[in-house]
Amino acid sequence: MTSLPLLTLMMVVPLVGAVVVAALPSGAARHARQIALGASLVTLALGVAAWVAFDSGSDAMFQLTETHSWIPQFGVSYALGVDGIALALIVMAVILTPVCLLAAWNDVDEAETGRLKRYFALMLVLEAFMVGVFAATDVFLFYVFFEAMLIPVYFLIGFYGGPQRQYAAVKFLLFSLAGGLIMLVAVIALYIAGPGGQDGFLVEKLIGNVDGSPVALRWMFVGFFIAFAVKAPMWPVHTWLPDAATEARPATAVLLVGVLDKVGTYGMIRFCLQLFPEASKWATPVVLTLAVISVIYGALLAIGQTDMMRLIAFTSISHFGFIVLGIFAMTSVGGAGSTLYMINHGFSTAGLFLIAGFLVTRHGSKRIPDYGGWQRVTPVLAGTFLVAGLSSLALPGLSSFVSEFLVLQGTFMRYKVAAVIATLGIVLAALYILLMYQRLMTGPKPAFAEGAAPRDLNRREKWVVAPIIASFVVLGFYPKPVLDLLNPAVDRTMQIVGVTDPAPTVAAPGSSK
Amino acid sequence: MHSLITEGGAMTAGAASGISSLAWLLVALPLLGAAVLLLGGRRTDTFGPGLATGLSWASFAVGVLVLVQLLGMAAEDRGMHLTLWNWVPAGSFKLDLGLLVDPLSVSFVLLITFVGSLIHVYSLGYMEHDPDKRRFFAYLNLFVAAMLLLVLSDSYLLLFVGWEGVGLASYLLIGFWNWNPAYATAANKAFFVNRVGDLGLSIAIMTMFVTFGGVDYATVNAGVANANPATLTAIGLLLLVGACGKSAQFPLQSWLGDAMAGPTPVSALIHAATMVTAGVYLVVRSHVIYDATPDARLAVALVGAVTLLFGAVVGCAKDDIKKALAASTMSQIGYMMLAAGLGPVGYAFAIFHLLTHGFFKAGMFLGAGSVMHGMNDQVNMRRFGGLSGVMKITWGTFALGWLAILGVPPFSGFWSKDKIIEAAFVGEGWQPWVLGGAALVGAGITAFYMSRLFFMTFHGPRRWTEDVHPHESPRIMTVPMIVLAAGSAFLGLALGPTGAIQSWLAPVVGEHGEESPVIAVPVLMVLTLLFVAGGIFLAWRGYWQAEVPEVAPRGSVLTRAARVDLYQDAVNEGLFMRPGVHATRALVFADARGVDGAVGGLAAAVGGLSSRLRRLQTGYARSYALTMLTGVVAVLGALWVIQ
Repeated sequence: MTSLPLLTLMMVVPLVGAVVVAALPSGAARHARQIALGASLVTLALGVAAWVAFDSGSDAMFQLTETHSWIPQFGVSYALGVDGIALALIVMAVILTPVCLLAAWNDVDEAETGRLKRYFALMLVLEAFMVGVFAATDVFLFYVFFEAMLIPVYFLIGFYGGPQRQYAAVKFLLFSLAGGLIMLVAVIALYIAGPGGQDGFLVEKLIGNVDGSPVALRWMFVGFFIAFAVKAPMWPVHTWLPDAATEARPATAVLLVGVLDKVGTYGMIRFCLQLFPEASKWATPVVLTLAVISVIYGALLAIGQTDMMRLIAFTSISHFGFIVLGIFAMTSVGGAGSTLYMINHGFSTAGLFLIAGFLVTRHGSKRIPDYGGWQRVTPVLAGTFLVAGLSSLALPGLSSFVSEFLVLQGTFMRYKVAAVIATLGIVLAALYILLMYQRLMTGPKPAFAEGAAPRDLNRREKWVVAPIIASFVVLGFYPKPVLDLLNPAVDRTMQIVGVTDPAPTVAAPGSSK
Repeated sequence: MHSLITEGGAMTAGAASGISSLAWLLVALPLLGAAVLLLGGRRTDTFGPGLATGLSWASFAVGVLVLVQLLGMAAEDRGMHLTLWNWVPAGSFKLDLGLLVDPLSVSFVLLITFVGSLIHVYSLGYMEHDPDKRRFFAYLNLFVAAMLLLVLSDSYLLLFVGWEGVGLASYLLIGFWNWNPAYATAANKAFFVNRVGDLGLSIAIMTMFVTFGGVDYATVNAGVANANPATLTAIGLLLLVGACGKSAQFPLQSWLGDAMAGPTPVSALIHAATMVTAGVYLVVRSHVIYDATPDARLAVALVGAVTLLFGAVVGCAKDDIKKALAASTMSQIGYMMLAAGLGPVGYAFAIFHLLTHGFFKAGMFLGAGSVMHGMNDQVNMRRFGGLSGVMKITWGTFALGWLAILGVPPFSGFWSKDKIIEAAFVGEGWQPWVLGGAALVGAGITAFYMSRLFFMTFHGPRRWTEDVHPHESPRIMTVPMIVLAAGSAFLGLALGPTGAIQSWLAPVVGEHGEESPVIAVPVLMVLTLLFVAGGIFLAWRGYWQAEVPEVAPRGSVLTRAARVDLYQDAVNEGLFMRPGVHATRALVFADARGVDGAVGGLAAAVGGLSSRLRRLQTGYARSYALTMLTGVVAVLGALWVIQ
């Protein structure tokens, strides 16, 4: 084990980077991008070090822990640590951040030095908070990061987004704040119901030690769940996402939908399931219903969209439905599937948003009907977009298939009807992805003026796309390294909730495989 | 490493040895080709097609070596298992990625790599002037790799990877010329219908896991004996749904005709010889399940019987040579499905017919491609005629395919199809009469529409459009056609009367029972040949002797129905597409007005914020939101103070 406070360093590096970028003299502002990318790459290296230092076989709930008393009067500690789920999400976040920075390279005009510096500084601040929110093992610290994340995202959408950016940013903020305030009430109630003391907000102390009437615990569960459902987002509190996703820059949309929204589903495991096992079981029928509705509703709405960014946002609502479904199926298979889904969805959404963004920079429109035949104009762009789309529709062989299948399989073990309805989503996914591809990329080659034909992906854009596509293939055929991280954490959650997988109905001899 | 044959005939596979431990090369070689050509980009334009063809042949060579190894082993040892790596370890779901080398998978390997490689060679000529030739060969290699994975996998989940992999290749190749919007739509249609089938396959796999605790063939087969019959029937029916999608069987057949939008070599390889037969493979591979559930098996047989008639009827009315062949493919796979659904008496013949069909149908599709090559890519047979004189090799090879599909002795189809008709007449009660009757009548209709196709194209007066100058295709295209024609002529003779195919497959599918049909075999054979002769005669009278109008006459009600595929698209559109479009539109409207409005309105009502919300839209939004954030911070501060 290393004695370096790796998790803190993974926040300090991007924050220092942000300060440096923001403080650059305007003459050197064009270096903001290189410095930001450098800081994010150092963070990525730290993330890899954390993965190496992490021991999947350990019995400890959290590893790489750092605990310092912060506000002892109120039981608040500065406590960081990760289990496999949190570590996997952090590694995903620190991989996607440099990818997004590279994708966002020309989002802001170089001449606008102030805007340029702030844009990249905000992305680094967001990265630091994303690490913090997944690494926090103190409920109150988690809440602080949970709310703090809103600030950089609000500015990234509100200052750098599309024409409706103000509306979208405020809608995002209102929904999140509303959820956050409800959670705050639950957080306070949790402290009162917990063991108390100077470190009474530590997750490890709280697990199994929350006293209260079943009704009170259920209310607390609901408080947390609503905040996470808004963040995830689930039907019917999803309506902020399509606006935010389409108005945000593609890179912001990736960090928002691909990483930040995972706080919702991560929170459901960490807080809803682990702190309120009984209440979670009590709520399961309702949550599963909402999840199945999200799967189908998100997919149907995606089919009907004409704005490609909104379409991608709605696909995510469908995918988050799958993730929640697997979590509340409460089987080891569903849990592993959902947590793996969180990772895979981050990459496939990144592929869709960023490549769609490349298309939009070339043609200036997000409207799908404004395109057609672009496979003949930009074949590499079209090809990579198709691959990202195939990952989104969970084509077997690509990473999302493994996770989506595990979610459905894990759900089917306990809730056959819910699983079968959700499986309809695989047909709808083919519809929304391939109809979009058909409208954008196929058909007769569009006519452009002499010399005005858009170019295919450039070198920078290829570097953005390459790691994303590599993740699809590698995790499609060899998801074991990630699953090895996730399995112990999922098993622990199952233990805490007190459930075991239903046994197969036929105990076949030699079925040890 | 002694293996045993279980009651259901499922062999327990030993560990792979010798060349079989390199069986992964079968998949890896063409996959490498696809990767090099796709990632290498324009740099590989010059050598890419040749490389892809070479790698496909290399895969065939490995397949032959594996075959030689298996033939050198005792029959009951011919099942070898190769575990590659730990694929999905997720909670209680644990699955290795492994391959299964046995007579069934090796039969497919040889069909896929041999016919596939021939079609690679043919495509070198057929696609010579296409600017995207490299991409075409990349997709062909991708297809071969996925199809080999499908047949070599040792679990249903890995089969599913190959299953959708071939679907992807099919999608990419149907839409290869997707600058034509109709072709792009055809590609999507194929993928969508297949996904409906995959719904069944997915749920089948999930059911297997909760029933048997695993989804690899060994675990599933071992558990069947103790499983609940209703569960087995459910699994059998769900697998059938998957098979119907992939193999274009009723009611999921609608995509195959449109799939002819792809370049003709694709139609030959994917939509005739190999991919569309994957459903038959699935049923035969799952024979342990089907053996235990007669109800599901009957469903398979009925689907086959319905589809073989459906395809045959549609084939009679089509004037587009490729669509007529597609209808024929659907019908012939119907025969295979029917055979598979008959159980142990049929499994081996289903695979036998699948192999002979792979040769004669691929050969005829390549022949159709050769005709199109010489006729400016026209496909309307009403403007063909009399081509036998100018395209002698194409005519000769096509003729052998035609005789084979008709079931004229001693050509290949006679040995395989006749056995299916015989087997269909085995049984009790109404089943042999209905299933056998369908197979018998189907043979007659097949003879009619295939002869119609053959005569309209190659015989009778020339009805050519003025701009065509038909000529024989280059050697690189005719040689593969000749090889396939040789297979159409002799493959059946080699494998059928010798009993080679039954004894070769017996370790996998079990011995087929020696049961007698309800009509004596010689009588059946004569009956079949009479039906075939009748079909040929009607076609000869109508399409060789009589004048063929250049524009299709209105035709009877049945003809008009058959021309539009018995209203399959109208039904699908009316039942699913249009309601779906309306529902989606309504939901999009409701989401903007209803859900979003309700959530916003609720917030406004609860907080009494209506007036402020109005400000939200007049520019004060930011200050409002920031105030709110400040408020949160203030509340937090106050809480600390209180504490």
